[in-house]
Amino acid sequence: MIIKVEGLTHIYNPNSPFETKALDNVNLEIAKGEFVGLIGHTGSGKSTLIQHLNGLIKPTSGKVIIDGVDISAEGANLKDIRQKVGLVFQYPEHQLFEETIYKDVAFGPINLGLSEEEVDKRVKEAIELVGLNYDKIKNRSPFELSGGQKRRVAIAGVLAMEPEVLILDEPTAGLDPKGRDEILKQIKKLHQDFNMTIILVSHSMEDIARLVDKIIVMHKGRVSIVGKPKDVFKKADELEELGLGVPQVTYFMRELKKRGKKVRDDIITVEDAKEEILRLLRGNGNA
Amino acid sequence: MSDVMIKLENVTYKYESNENEGVVALNGINLSINKGEFVVILGHNGSGKSTLAKLINALIVPTSGKVYVNGMDTQDEENIWHIRRTAGMVFQNPDNQLVATIVEEDVAFGPENLGIHPKEIRKRVNEALTAVEMEEYKDYAPHLLSGGQKQRIAIAGVLAMKPECIILDEPTAMLDPSGRKEVINTIKKLNREENKTIVHITHYMDEAVEADRVIVMEKGNIILEGTPKTVFSQVEKVKQIGLDVPQVTELAYMLRKEGIDIPQNILTIEELVSAL
Repeated sequence: MIIKVEGLTHIYNPNSPFETKALDNVNLEIAKGEFVGLIGHTGSGKSTLIQHLNGLIKPTSGKVIIDGVDISAEGANLKDIRQKVGLVFQYPEHQLFEETIYKDVAFGPINLGLSEEEVDKRVKEAIELVGLNYDKIKNRSPFELSGGQKRRVAIAGVLAMEPEVLILDEPTAGLDPKGRDEILKQIKKLHQDFNMTIILVSHSMEDIARLVDKIIVMHKGRVSIVGKPKDVFKKADELEELGLGVPQVTYFMRELKKRGKKVRDDIITVEDAKEEILRLLRGNGNA
Repeated sequence: MSDVMIKLENVTYKYESNENEGVVALNGINLSINKGEFVVILGHNGSGKSTLAKLINALIVPTSGKVYVNGMDTQDEENIWHIRRTAGMVFQNPDNQLVATIVEEDVAFGPENLGIHPKEIRKRVNEALTAVEMEEYKDYAPHLLSGGQKQRIAIAGVLAMKPECIILDEPTAMLDPSGRKEVINTIKKLNREENKTIVHITHYMDEAVEADRVIVMEKGNIILEGTPKTVFSQVEKVKQIGLDVPQVTELAYMLRKEGIDIPQNILTIEELVSAL
């Protein structure tokens, strides 16, 4: 287990009129190389949870164990942890600040005290990993880029730290479908080619359905459902009660089933739906 | 009075840039939007849709061509304030639009600046908050509201100016699914019940399904235009320019390709279920 969370509770503004319990006894485990989708209504505790995973905030009680190290313990080496767990915030492009793209991506590695050659190598790799042309853009200002490109530069800045775990908080928010698909493609690639552990926070059930191995559903500061996408998205009614939903194609299959068609109830992608309906229509004779 | 709310005649807009010739954001656009119409403009980033919105609100004026809002030429400076009162604008990020520390003060900000009588302001604020179903939050601090609620307050702020037309530039892009639903329902209600002309700019296809007309922009040009059904039936073209179609529309398209006999213009779950 690369990430283990035990009895994690976090209370904001304790002992004040604004006291809020953002996390309430959260327990979860994430294995190395897993691709996890973290979903939940706004205010469910997702952001608070991920901020614990690289030690940005400390638990009120409970433990966060990263690769065997209890990072909430006194004296834990947070610098190490933050290198191991890379966190890409919402709208990360707001954090770009350097005059060139090279300098911006190099900021983290330089602060790790790496040699010039190593920094060079990492910056080049990271920029190419997010699908940008290193030679073309390294000396340009990050502020000349389009929204989607800026965001990729910001992600490259995190990748240049060579993290083992990459956490992305709604990395596609505000992007158009093209920009969204590009980013998701790169994330998928990081998972497949480098076996990187990925935690993706998203409001898009369609994106979650086609990418992740496991879904964690948060509600009111607790983990309310954990499972494979196929199993989690069977619980449409339950998810709706939590202010969430299932992919449109899943709703569609459910409706077909209600009208008496004998179709599977674990369809979550358009591709699978196509196969299932073709089976239904063509196999009618021998069903 | 004419029935036309917004009219663009051969509008071109170029952004100036230091290094090169400038970027053509809109390229000879002709467009007419009727009073009471609900129009959705789709297109990905850089397609020119936000430039279009800014032109209608007279935040910018065309490099060439003419923009008329309710018959008023946006290039005539005397019209500017009248135009902005006629066509109110809501932007993407709710946090950048709210100015006051209390919801009702925020909604009152516009009318106060118009120099309207306090009694009338009170009335307008109440009406606007009722229209977006946020009256019970009038004493709240905006930062304690959810994204969807904040965006509804921003819409109320525009409503309090009594515009005939509301332009929304990606008002749902930063919201979660329930926030999106709230805002979309509010927009539809304003169109149906208050007969406001709506120009809704988005890249979420599903938000366009119930519009009167859909306009698809690409590289500064209008490349598709028509009812949602006619536009989305061109699945291939829509996907080619990098936009999404609803999953059921895509599924129907894929099934047709496999030789299954279903109509080309499926937009909703219900339609596809019936077709099968």
